[in-house]
Amino acid sequence: MSTNTNVAEQEVRRPPAGAGPVAWLHKNLFSSIPNTILTFVGLWISYKLIAGVVDWAIIRAVFTGSDGDACKVPDVGACWPFITHKFDLFIYGRYPEAEIWRANLTFLLGAIGLAGLMIPAVPGKPAFAVFTLLVYPIIAYYLLTGGIFGMPIVATERWGGLLVTLVVAVVGIVASFPIAILLALGRRSKLPIVRYSSIGFIEFVRGVPLITMLFMASVMLPLFLPEGVTFDKLLRALIGVALFSGAYLAEVIRGGLQAIPRGQIEAGDALGLSYPQKMGLIVLPQALKLVIPGIVNSFIALFKDTSLVLIIGLFDLLGIVQQSISSDPKWFSPSTPTTGYVFAGFIFWIFCFGMSRYSQMIERRLSAGDKR
Amino acid sequence: MTSRLRTGLLAVTMLAVGASAASAQATLQKVRDKGELTCGVNTGLAGFSAPDDKGNWTGLDVDVCRAVAAAIFKDPAKVKFVPLTAKERFTALQSGEIDVLSRNTTWTMSRDTSAGMSFTGVTYYDGQGFMVKKSLGLKSAKELSGASVCVQTGTTTELNVADYFRKNKMDYKPVVFEKLPETLAAYNAGRCDVYTSDASQLYATRLTLGDPAEHVVLPDVISKEPLGPAVRQGDAQWGNIVRWVFFALVNAEELGVTAKNIDEMAQGQNPEIKRLLGKEGEFGKGIGLDVDWGYQAIKSVGNYGEMFERNVGEGSRLKIARGQNALWTDGGLQYAPPVR
Repeated sequence: MSTNTNVAEQEVRRPPAGAGPVAWLHKNLFSSIPNTILTFVGLWISYKLIAGVVDWAIIRAVFTGSDGDACKVPDVGACWPFITHKFDLFIYGRYPEAEIWRANLTFLLGAIGLAGLMIPAVPGKPAFAVFTLLVYPIIAYYLLTGGIFGMPIVATERWGGLLVTLVVAVVGIVASFPIAILLALGRRSKLPIVRYSSIGFIEFVRGVPLITMLFMASVMLPLFLPEGVTFDKLLRALIGVALFSGAYLAEVIRGGLQAIPRGQIEAGDALGLSYPQKMGLIVLPQALKLVIPGIVNSFIALFKDTSLVLIIGLFDLLGIVQQSISSDPKWFSPSTPTTGYVFAGFIFWIFCFGMSRYSQMIERRLSAGDKR
Repeated sequence: MTSRLRTGLLAVTMLAVGASAASAQATLQKVRDKGELTCGVNTGLAGFSAPDDKGNWTGLDVDVCRAVAAAIFKDPAKVKFVPLTAKERFTALQSGEIDVLSRNTTWTMSRDTSAGMSFTGVTYYDGQGFMVKKSLGLKSAKELSGASVCVQTGTTTELNVADYFRKNKMDYKPVVFEKLPETLAAYNAGRCDVYTSDASQLYATRLTLGDPAEHVVLPDVISKEPLGPAVRQGDAQWGNIVRWVFFALVNAEELGVTAKNIDEMAQGQNPEIKRLLGKEGEFGKGIGLDVDWGYQAIKSVGNYGEMFERNVGEGSRLKIARGQNALWTDGGLQYAPPVR
């Protein structure tokens, strides 16, 4: 009885909600004493962090100079000339300077294709899909390796930096997706050979670390091949990465498949649909939508795992930054390593954060039906 | 059963040996057919193999390969460098992925005899050394008694230090760490007086410290780490090429032939120089190359001294003293048999 009265009184006394920034502050940040304390603690931590970053990256940083000696001043922050002088190296690796336009064109075409495919407002989705998934890989392959139309061949030993990171990540993502769907369907198949080979493959690959697979591909494989037969290191890494992430992704997708009620398949049977029709039209669209967070999680993990190609002597972005830090005496200075790693970390973060935001957008669009 | 197994194994071994010998004979031909030399180098080691700002490989190990390429093709640019990690390097050589391994590899008996490779010379005499703060005013490692030494645990480095101090009846206090960066950080923070590692590394490490001038590398070297290029076992001709190209560079330094004065020297009267540069005799034939093989190698990378100074010596940032790597005439260990 008395409780009711209290509630009524409170409701009477409460100020009108959502009126102006002051009310917003009061409601969200200073609604009680503990909240107020938390707000101040939060502000203080943010201030410390931001001030620290600004101090390091701008105030105490060195912006000009032609070698590491420029950064050998007491209490120095970031050593930016290290990044600006080596920028091309970090992005393209040892790709010949005269041919860099080819890498740039590849990046540009890829960006256009992806934008066309991923931004909902752009028309002509089927055309973009054909371009991005079928035409673009061929163009990119010939652009980057060369050998036709008078473009000199650029061996993959010369590729490096962000170029290798993106090649490994994109090929890994694009190739692992179909592999994963086939494996996931195979694992739920009624045909024993298909089922057991899928299970065997998935469990084997999940049982070994990626680093082991890469290592096997780079150290053991050449011993089994006849002498003189070598195949490209980058290709070995690509196959390893695609198979590895395919196995992981298969389990994510299987999770989605299992969430689709049996009734849906039975309904398909009742309509007389074939297996591919049932899967392609009913089960997969729903299952994939359910596991978007898991899929994107796998992709982000794959993107970051690309750094492991370092151990087989390929230089992705992190690898080449690390190489420059550790082996170029010209740039040796106490602040060089920090600057290099922060740069590499920032680039990785941009890509991973972009992927995560895009997946959230897709999730919202696809779940519009559920919210109605 | 056992004997059949043994026979089988023997047959397989014979086949393998036969196959490797047959294909190995052709290394020079294989390289000529490819139109380039494939050279395994370190993924990144200051002064030995590292890409510069433009991504060109530079360093002592890299220049050795350039010299070999120049001797074969008359063009030092005809080399494909394959960066290799420590674990990959031997497989890469055995499987034929690379023709020469020039990757700061220590010449040891087990590697030379049972790892399927042959070393062709010592391009750099490395060994464990000590770095101390200049303010301590030390001149020799013999004065280190009672010092605290920062060292990475579980390495040969640690064992070498223990042996050295015991042998010289000196005390020391080991300060051990799990990882190399921690070890260096501890030294830098003043937790110990001495930092120890291979001498070539000490010079590079010194540059990463705040003020390199405050630290000095002591002249003493307490272990043997002869670094040199290696080739696949079983191809004597190919081994000779790599061996004699390097000898030519050392001989050139001894005779005063440099990349700059080489044309002038070739016109001179010194018979040793004339033989080295192919003006007299047919010494290239013996290794399957043209007579001017030595000329081409020296012209492209300079003599050994020039190569050393440019990459790791006074002309570089590392500023490594010649020490053991000086010519035998200057009290060092670099000695090349004559071209005769």
